[in-house]
Amino acid sequence: MAKKQGNREMPEMNTSSLPDLIFTILFFFMIVTTMREVTLKVKFTVPSGTELEKLEKKSCVSFIYVGPPTDQLRAQMGSGTRIQLNDRYAEPREVMDFVAQERTTMSDPASQVMSMKIDQNTQMGIITDIKEVLRKSWALKINYSATRRN
Amino acid sequence: MARKKKKVPGLNSSSTADISFILLIFFLVTTSMDTDMGLARRLPQPPEPNQEDAQIDVKERNVLNVRLNAAGNLMVNHDFIDVMQLRARAKEFIENRNNLSTLPEKHAKNIEGLGQCYVTDKHVISVQTDRGTPYNVYFLVQNELVAAYNELRDELAIAKFGRPYERLSEDDQVAIRTYYPQKISEAEPKNYGGN
Repeated sequence: MAKKQGNREMPEMNTSSLPDLIFTILFFFMIVTTMREVTLKVKFTVPSGTELEKLEKKSCVSFIYVGPPTDQLRAQMGSGTRIQLNDRYAEPREVMDFVAQERTTMSDPASQVMSMKIDQNTQMGIITDIKEVLRKSWALKINYSATRRN
Repeated sequence: MARKKKKVPGLNSSSTADISFILLIFFLVTTSMDTDMGLARRLPQPPEPNQEDAQIDVKERNVLNVRLNAAGNLMVNHDFIDVMQLRARAKEFIENRNNLSTLPEKHAKNIEGLGQCYVTDKHVISVQTDRGTPYNVYFLVQNELVAAYNELRDELAIAKFGRPYERLSEDDQVAIRTYYPQKISEAEPKNYGGN
């Protein structure tokens, strides 16, 4: 009918597949990214190195943060070096419980990796304490988190 | 047809795109893409509870003592050196190209894929820190030591297989690793030079 009358209408673009498209992008991002798990209570600048490896299995990685408390918390907590596990400050010996607890949530506990995000200016004493506890709890694969430098 | 067929109106789905956009943006904001990188190390197994302090006898020539004091100074065997010199020093130590009597002893070893080789597999690099050593110095030292091993492995891989270590097959990598095993031991920290 329209043709007969001669007034050609511009056909509307079919947008019914647009949601699918966006969903695909969404799923892509859901797969390649990781949730920010914890709110950081310590601030740290990791050192930079050249011989770094990527952390492969995200699900098998637990994080230990070491550094001075953030600026907001410094008034209460002081400026000494602190260890953060999950959402709270902890002592070196509590690392053992943390390791055990993390292990229960993992599909493959044998490949558990502890990623240590440690501030550059930390003294080795506290790190050695953590490492000693990690050894005792059989979490032997560790990873010193760092940024790439050329 | 007597009765006129009622047309079911289609569900208006034009807003689905907007909804999924919102979801997408939510995920973009709450997740992080940064791939975590780091220096992978392996801790030694915990000591057995009833194990006595069995001192494993290691000949002096087989040990490279790397000591770090609280001020972050580096001492290798009996020399103070800069961190930048450590890599060359470690490579010289691990490789012992000229079979010197001051560097690790070499053993004949039959490695699958490489044949009969003379390797310094008894060497140990012992890193000893002070409780006050800054972490970044320690990290640099670890990084340089791993770099020394990686460079040696690459050199060997190129000499034997014509390709860098990373691009070798799994078996060849194992062979190279047997030739240059990574032996970095970490002793308990001591208090060097005060607190």
